[in-house]
Amino acid sequence: MISMNAGPIYSQIAQRIKDDIVSGKLHEEEQVMSTNQYASFYQINPATTAKGFEQLEEEGILYMKPGIGMFVSRNARDKVLAERRQQFFAKIVDPMIEEAYKIGMPLKEIIARLEQQEGAKDS
Amino acid sequence: MSVTVEWKGLAKSYGAHSALTHVNGTIAGNKIIGLLGRNGSGKTTLLALIKGLLRPTSGQLLINGQAPFENRALAREICFVRDSRMTYGSFKVREALKLASASWPNWDHGYALHLAERFSLPLEKKVQSLSLGMESSLNAIIGLASRAPLTLMDETYNGMDAPSRYLFYEELLEDYMRSPRMLVLSTHLIEEVGRLFEEVVLVDQGTIVLHETTEQLLMMTYVVIGTAPDVERFTDSLQVLHTQVLGNMKSAVVFGELSKEQERLADLYHLDIQPVPLQDIIVHLTSRKEVPSS
Repeated sequence: MISMNAGPIYSQIAQRIKDDIVSGKLHEEEQVMSTNQYASFYQINPATTAKGFEQLEEEGILYMKPGIGMFVSRNARDKVLAERRQQFFAKIVDPMIEEAYKIGMPLKEIIARLEQQEGAKDS
Repeated sequence: MSVTVEWKGLAKSYGAHSALTHVNGTIAGNKIIGLLGRNGSGKTTLLALIKGLLRPTSGQLLINGQAPFENRALAREICFVRDSRMTYGSFKVREALKLASASWPNWDHGYALHLAERFSLPLEKKVQSLSLGMESSLNAIIGLASRAPLTLMDETYNGMDAPSRYLFYEELLEDYMRSPRMLVLSTHLIEEVGRLFEEVVLVDQGTIVLHETTEQLLMMTYVVIGTAPDVERFTDSLQVLHTQVLGNMKSAVVFGELSKEQERLADLYHLDIQPVPLQDIIVHLTSRKEVPSS
């Protein structure tokens, strides 16, 4: 849900829409809910929602069909995936390495675990 | 009609007691605005002045260029709800709603009755025998159904139970989207309703100390956590609202946007940067306790 304790609400909205695009809940060329519908659903000010939409429009994730509404751009998913991949090491892997270092977790064990997980997925 | 409220050096005193001084600023447009501040900070006086119930002691208050005091035309555009019991005491709820409908040119009676049903308000009961929560529900209904271009609600939640409050917030948002207008809400329940505010106006010790969009306020306040010397180094030239020490760890609430350079420094000093909830920002901004900033 949207939280008042997690920084600006508009960026939470933008993040949520990106999540939905990655997970496939929102498809490319699909219409997204209107700012008012979003506002109603999450019980937030519609101007805040509009700001989140604006950010996604600037990033080329959403586009406006005049008189109809906002749609997911044709290559939105690739864009979001590229962004997530770019952040993957900084956001996920680096903190993990830091934690491993702190608690004296050998790199070998981490690699073994990753390989084991990869193997489990393949079979 | 889109509303602009302007304050120019506005002051209001009651005898020797100064309730408001040096109030300056403007609120404008069809927005939901939160009027926040501690008890006795001057919120109610400010609302009563906007409604034109009080004459300013000095300075100016203009609504679309006009002074509201003894201005009958403007009075019909401004709905200030509180104290239904005082206004409609001996009438039944049904009659009170009928009376209210005569006061407001944009009144939607069907909507008022719909709300009365949603709030389970007994239409045949006398207003003076309503519980505090029921009276607040009636206030909320009058405020919403008035559809006044400028609607002022002063702590319109007293005694309401949580489900009624959430019903009120839901209706407020829906009706605002249906009929955009300026809605000013004074409240202490920031955690509950803060997400509905496009802007917040903060009143402290008789003056407006801050007027900002809610999103901007959330972006320009953060808490930095780390070892005391590192936090102190980091916050050296920054505006610190509040600090807390636990052992050799320290947290400091900083007011001001986090720059890229500061982000880099925080990383360098191994400092943790976290957002601050709106409620806490307001508490820190209006706290009397002077906390040394380093």
